[in-house]
Formats: sequence, C-alpha cells, structure tokens
Amino acid sequence: MHLLPTPEQRELRSAVREICESEFPAERLSGEDQRLDRALWRRLGEMGVFALRLPESDGGIGLGAADAVLVFEELGRALVPGPLVATHLAAPYIAEAATGERIVGLVDAGGVPLLLEHHGDLDDLLVLDGDRLLRLDPAAVAARPLDRPLDPWTPVAAAGALPEGEFVATAAATRRDGALLTAALQVGIAAGVLDRSVRYVSEREQFGRPVGAFQAVKHTAADMLVRLELARAAVWAAAATCDAPDAGDAARAVSTAKLLAGEAATKNSLAAVQLHGGMGFAWEVDVHLFLKRSWLHDTCFGDADTHAEALAVSL
Amino acid sequence: MDITYTAQETAFRDQLRAWLADVLPKLPPAPPGHDWPARRVFDTTWQRMLYDAGYGGLDWPVEYGGRGASPVQQLILLEETERARAPYGVANYVGLKHAGPTIAAEGTPEQKERHLGPILRGDHVWCQGFSEPSSGSDLASLRTRAVRDGDDYVLNGQKIWTSHSLVADYCEILVRTDPDAPKHKGLSWLILPMDTPGVRLRPLRTIMGSTDFAEMFLDDVRVPMANRVGAENDGWRVGMVTLSFERGTAFTGELVNSMVLVEELARLARELTRWGDAGLRREIGHLAAEYDALWALTLRNVSEAAAGSVPGIGNSVFKLRLTELRTTLLELFARLLGRAGLTMSDLDDLGNGYYVEERLRAISLTIAGGTSNIQRNIIAERILGLPK
Repeated sequence: MHLLPTPEQRELRSAVREICESEFPAERLSGEDQRLDRALWRRLGEMGVFALRLPESDGGIGLGAADAVLVFEELGRALVPGPLVATHLAAPYIAEAATGERIVGLVDAGGVPLLLEHHGDLDDLLVLDGDRLLRLDPAAVAARPLDRPLDPWTPVAAAGALPEGEFVATAAATRRDGALLTAALQVGIAAGVLDRSVRYVSEREQFGRPVGAFQAVKHTAADMLVRLELARAAVWAAAATCDAPDAGDAARAVSTAKLLAGEAATKNSLAAVQLHGGMGFAWEVDVHLFLKRSWLHDTCFGDADTHAEALAVSL
Repeated sequence: MDITYTAQETAFRDQLRAWLADVLPKLPPAPPGHDWPARRVFDTTWQRMLYDAGYGGLDWPVEYGGRGASPVQQLILLEETERARAPYGVANYVGLKHAGPTIAAEGTPEQKERHLGPILRGDHVWCQGFSEPSSGSDLASLRTRAVRDGDDYVLNGQKIWTSHSLVADYCEILVRTDPDAPKHKGLSWLILPMDTPGVRLRPLRTIMGSTDFAEMFLDDVRVPMANRVGAENDGWRVGMVTLSFERGTAFTGELVNSMVLVEELARLARELTRWGDAGLRREIGHLAAEYDALWALTLRNVSEAAAGSVPGIGNSVFKLRLTELRTTLLELFARLLGRAGLTMSDLDDLGNGYYVEERLRAISLTIAGGTSNIQRNIIAERILGLPK
C-alpha cells in the first residue's frame, strides 16, 4: 500500500507540466482562435498523452490509470483545450489516435440536446450509445455550429439524429475511464485556480495590507485546498483501484472521484472569482476560463447527480 | 501508486481479526459513560489485553516495549478494532498518543523507565493540562506559573478541559517558567502526579450532560524539577513533538466509525421507507463519496509517514473535513429520526439514543485539538503561505 506517485511518476508529471508550460503557456489562453492546434496535438501525442495506457505490443507505453491521472491533472491545470480524454480513450480502437495524428471526439447519444464539441476539428467521432461504443465519420454528422459557446475554447455544434455507427466495443470501460480522466482534469482546474488565487491575494493590497492577511480570505483559500486535496486523493485511489480491480470497487471509486473533483473544480473556480474581486469578472483575468471549463466537464461522463445516485445504490 | 496490501500486511490483518473474534465476545458490557471509575477499569483492562496480545503500543519503538510496527500496520489495527466495535479505550488515549510518545522522544532514562511500561500495560492513566480559561486557541499565552523553589517547581493556576482527569494518575502539564520571555519561549512541560497536594478538580459538565472533562485548580502544588521533560522554557516545542506521532493515523477510528454509520444511515432510510426520496438518497451518496475520499487521504498520509516524512500540517486538512462532515452525517440521521431524535433513550429498535448522543458529541470534535477556524488558519498560513 503506497498511495503516492513513484519517482518515475513524479518525473512523468513534471515532464508534462513543462511541456504544457512551454507549448500552451497561460498567455495563449487570451487568444481568440478556437481551432485546435494540430502541431500541439502531435506534440502531446509524442509525449505519450494518448498512447499512455496502450500496451507496448500495440505501440503504446503500457502504463496504467495511476500514471494517466497525473498526466491529465497537468493538462487540466494548463487548461489545454480539445478532446483530450476522447482521443486518449480512442487509442486502442483508432489507428493514429495514439500518435496525435488524428483528433477523436466523443459524444453520449443520450444527451439532450445533442451537442458536439470541436466538431469542425474532428477526424473521428466515438459515440456512447447505451452499452455500446460506436464509431462515426464526423463529416457524416449534420451539426450546426452554435455562436457564443460558454467555454470560448470549446466550440459546440447542435446535431440532429446520429447515423448508425460502426460497433467498436462495449461501453463500460470507456464510460468508467472517461469519468476518471475527466475527474483528473477537474483536479487540475481546482489546483490551477487555487494557485492563481494564492498569488493574487498575496499581492493585492487593500486597507493597507495584502488581502490574503484577512481571515475571511484565508478561510476561503483553506477550504479550496481541502476540496482539492480530497478530490486528488479520491482520483488517485480510483486510478489505483482501476489498476488493481481486486483491491476494491472501481466503479464506486470512480464515481467518488468524479463527484468530488467536479465539485472541487467548480466551487474552487467560483471562490477564485470572489477572491479576485472585480477582476474575477474581467475577461482579461483567466479565472473565468477555468470556471467555464469546469462547468463543461461537469456535463461529461456523468454529472454530479448521476454519480451521487450510483454511490447511493452501492450502499 | 499501489492500493493493494502486501501478503505480510494481509496476514497481520487476518491474525488480528481472529484474535478480536476470540476475545471480544468475552468482554463484559461497557460501563455507562458517567461512571468514570468503572470506565477506567474497563479501558485499562482492554489496554492490558491488547498489550498481552502484542497489539498495545504497536506503533511504539521496540526499545520502549512497542513493536515498531509500520504506519500501515497501525492503520490496519485501528481499522479492524473499530470495525469489530472493540472498546476505544479513551482513558489510555493521552498516555498512548501524547504523554508517552513525548517522554519517549524527550524524556530522561529515568522518566522513560518509570512511565513508558506502565502506560503501555494500562497501569497508568494520563490526562492533559494544556488549555486554560483564557488560553484556548491561543494556547501559548497560558498563565499557570511554575516558580523554582529548591529542587521543586511551585505551581499556581487553573487548567480546563482536562479530560478524564477524575481517574488519572498523571497529568502532562504545560506551565510558564519564564514570564518575561516571548510567550512561546517561556513554557515548560512537566509530569504532574495527580495525587499531589494542592491539586483540586471540579467536574465540567458538557452539553451532553456528561462529565468527561474537569477544571483543575493548582494551589502551591510542588512538582520536583526531575519531572520536567526537556529543557526549561522549551516546553512549547516539547509539547508539539507529539503532534507528529500519529503518523497519518490520527482520527482513523472516527473515520471508520463514520463509514460504518453511512451504511447504517442508508439502512435506516430504507427501513423508514424514505429511500424513494431521490434528494435524500443523493445526499447520502455524496456523504459516502466524501468519506471514501477521506479514507483515500488517510492512505496517502500513511504512505507519506511510511516514507519517512512527518504529516503534521497535512493532518489539518483531514481533521477539518472529517469533523465537519461528522456533523453533516448526524444531521442526516436527525432528519430521518424526526421527533425520535428528542431523546437519548432508545425507542423500539431505532438506535436513536446513540445517534442523538453522537449528534451532540460531533460538535466537540470540530472544537477539540484546534477549532475548525484555527485549522483553516493553519492551512492558509503554513501550507498556502498566506501572510500573517
């Protein structure tokens, strides 16, 4: 029993953080171009973001869920846009997803309304249809791009009825792993907004002192850390359980992770807006982008109610 | 990252379970909470049984009579004893978790010889004399004076919240030995035998109606200087040494107990035909998630301790969330119980008495050992580095 990253895992995490900082620095978030950057996508592919859990015999890296959640936390923290989770999940089924050559999206056919993310950039589309995972050519899906997406980095398009896709696999593993990796992105968001908030309240002065010296501000920040640490521990435990299924109930652990990481991301982002005061409502400060991405993730791979219900049923 | 237990750890768990299954049915029923003399006998008898079976002071170093077990084994012990509803042994708590480890780390050979064995065997019961009426959150401002006179200190002052002191043999007491030094630099840590003349106790009634605590009045109490642990005026540091001893396992019993209660809550909701309420069901599911996450955090803290680092402040995160969540948990029980929550006497088979008592006791957990807001200050200042 050792629920901490190994030295190799810590190295992997720092390597991904460095790539994120150099290839997708925070300054890029203020850009207006919402098309995905294929060069960045290939770079992530070279890093192994998509091939991470693919067996070495299939040209992958052969690592586990525990490694993947550390990588996805960093991607979440840097707010790297695009269907990261979907392309990662597609690696076993779609050639060149693993290398980052192809960008693969995913949609749950049960969603109402049926909105596709990044439709214009997709090479392939995976569809969760009940207990089946299907594959579609995105060009065969009629979808109307919608103006003013909530998350400026995640364009959405309204689709009509989906054509019947090609059967790829049963959906259970994709649903579970998708929820886990989305939870990891959410932990990254919860951590990213806490970092920004601590920096801001330590510098911003009012009443002749840094606002971070006031207890009301301290307590808000402390509660953010508590939510972050619990969510991160839950995500690690869920990943470690997915890697060793005999050790516990992986489905329950993943529901716990998704529920708490979603809450940590959204509540921390809202708290971060408060701690930034008026600037928290200004477009130029990037806190709103974390909040909006967090709201987006909440709708993917099971919302809070779905996972709370699943947990209740497990009791 | 690995969430599986080793074969050795699993064998330890199996052996412990077998032992608990053997001895627990033979224990007499626990005495009522207000009968402290009987509780002392019950708790110390249990500690002796643990000791004789090799589980007493499991996490203590071998040289002091412990077994030098790993933090993971200690975690397994706490988990299994709680799941088996073994006695908690509250009377032994201060000795085993605070005074004993402090003496082991900072005491003289004579002090270790005299005190460590009896604590482990359950022969000596300790209480803690830290808080004072004017020194709660700001503990270091405490004013109980100790003035040198020959080979003794002469103590005058008042302590409060000295738990189970009515049946204690010794008190670990923090006193002011230098009133002119900065507040953290003028304290000393002493061993006070409770039968010393001039020590007077007055039971302190809590909101539960119980007398788990007392006020302690000290009038010209003579304590030999040989009873000082650590250097004079170094008592603050000596007192804080104990905080790192639980190696990530502090409150494990409370956590396991709460996880069991979540299952009971779901069962009670079904029995009372309230399970069809989706809102309530999701609240219970949410609670289960939070407790599972706290368990994950415990595994992480224990892993850190096993790797040799001191969890210390990371425990503030755990303590804050665990204790606040306990209140949420008991409020949910109260919602289910409705007016059956108006009495601590059991009605039918509801088990309401226990839940009502726990609803009150849960409040104390958010205060004892540093209030929730003090924990938030610690987290903000020492972990996040916000300005003082």
